[in-house]
Amino acid sequence: MEEGNTIAKRAGSRLCCLCNERKPALKRPKTLEQICRDCFYNVFEEEIHQVIVGNHLFKAGERVAIGASGGKDSTVLAYVMSELNRRHNYGLDLFLLSVDEGITGYRDDSLETVKRNEVQYGLPLKIVSYKDLYGWTMDEIVKVIGLKNNCTFCGVFRRQALDRGAAYLKVDKLVTGHNADDIAETVLLNILRGDVARLSRCTSITTGEDGPIPRCKPFKYTYEKEIVMYAYFKKLDYFSTECIYSPNAYRGFAREFIKDLERMRPRAIVDIIKSGENFRISTSTKMPEQGTCERCGYISSQKWCKACVLLEGLNRGLPKLGIGRSRFLENSNDNRKEAKRNDGDRSIESKQCGSLDF
Amino acid sequence: MHLTLEFGGGLELLCDSVKIHNVDVELKKGLEKLTMKDLLAWVRTNLIKERPEMFMKGDTVRPGVLVLVNDCDWELSGQLETTLQEKDVVVFISTLHGG
Repeated sequence: MEEGNTIAKRAGSRLCCLCNERKPALKRPKTLEQICRDCFYNVFEEEIHQVIVGNHLFKAGERVAIGASGGKDSTVLAYVMSELNRRHNYGLDLFLLSVDEGITGYRDDSLETVKRNEVQYGLPLKIVSYKDLYGWTMDEIVKVIGLKNNCTFCGVFRRQALDRGAAYLKVDKLVTGHNADDIAETVLLNILRGDVARLSRCTSITTGEDGPIPRCKPFKYTYEKEIVMYAYFKKLDYFSTECIYSPNAYRGFAREFIKDLERMRPRAIVDIIKSGENFRISTSTKMPEQGTCERCGYISSQKWCKACVLLEGLNRGLPKLGIGRSRFLENSNDNRKEAKRNDGDRSIESKQCGSLDF
Repeated sequence: MHLTLEFGGGLELLCDSVKIHNVDVELKKGLEKLTMKDLLAWVRTNLIKERPEMFMKGDTVRPGVLVLVNDCDWELSGQLETTLQEKDVVVFISTLHGG
C-alpha cells in the first residue's frame, strides 16, 4: 500500500491541468497549475503574444533591436520574438544588439553566445563597446573607482550604448528581456531609495517614448522560473555566470528578498508589479523636469546627463563625481551654480526627486 | 543508490566546474528510501567545494535554484519529501544571474 502511494505521488497522481492527457512537468508559479511540457510551451508563448498585442507594442514594418547579452532572458526573448513574428505575422525586421562593457572573464564569454545566437536564429548582430563609445572599459573603470558604485557607471553607460547601437541600426524600437522578477525588484529598490520619479515610470511596459528610441519589455509579466524552464526544455543555448562585479550591487538585497517572498507566495511578484502600476504621485511632490544634456544632447533631468557627469569624473581623475549627493558636483562652472543653489536646501524634503544618489 | 546529478546556471562552478556527476549515494542505516532532503545534505558535504550558501539555505536549496527530478519540477513531487529511485536524474539550475 505504502509503496503504491509513493509511486503514485512520485508520478504525480494528476494529469496536466490543461490537456488532461499528459504527465505534468512543472508547476506554474503564476497560477499554481500543474502542466505538461507541450501545454507549457503553448501558454508561455501565447501569454507573451497577448502581452505584445494587448499593449500594442509593435506596428507592422517596424525595425526592432533585441538587447542581447547572451544570458537566459535575452536568448529566450530572441527565440520567442522570432517565433511569434513568424507565427503571427507581426511583420517586424528583427536585429540583435549587444553591448561589450569590457569585463574580462564575463562579457567576452557571453558575447560568444550571442554570436552563436546570430547564427541559430538568423538575426543580424551589432555589437557596441564602451571602449569605442567612451574610451573606457568597465575593467579600467573599476580599477579607478573600486568595487563600490561600479554598477552605477555600467548601468548608465549601457543605456546610452544601447541607444547609440539602436540609432546605428536605424531601428524604431528596442526590446529588452526584463522579466517580472526584475521589475518587482526595481519597484522595491525604488521604494527603498525614495526614488519617486523612477517609481512612477518603472512599471511601464514601454518607456522612453519621448526620447531617442522607445523601449519595451515583452517579458514584463513572465516569471524568471518559467524563462529558465523554457530554455531548459527547449535546450536553448545561453550563458549563465554572474557578472564578477555584481556581488556588491544593492539590487542583490532586493533580489534575495523577492526570492524569499516568491517561495512563500509565488503571486507576490506579479502583485508587486500591480501595486507599482497603481501608484500615483502626490500632487505636492516636486518632480524633476525632463530636458536635454548641455554637453551631449541626450535626455536628462539635470544640466548634464548622468553619463556625461560620470565620464567627466573619470577623465579628470575625480571618480566620485556624480556619486553621492548633488552638492559634491562643485568643480565645473555650471555645477558650481547648482551646488550653491542646493546648499541652501539642507533638508531632505526640499531635495528634488531623483537627485539623491547612493 | 546510483544517481546522475546535473548542475547548471552557474552552479557547476561550486563543484569544480563539472556539470554532470554520476554518484553513488549511501542510504542512511535502516532506511530503504532516499529523499531529496537527504540528497541535498549529501551533495553539500560531498560535491560542493566552495560557497555552499550559493547552493543551499538551511535545509533546502537557495531560493532561485530550480530542481528537476527526471525532468519534472520537484514542486510536483513534494520538494524535499520527493523520494528518489535508482538511476534517477536530478538537475539543479540556478536562475540567479544576468539575463
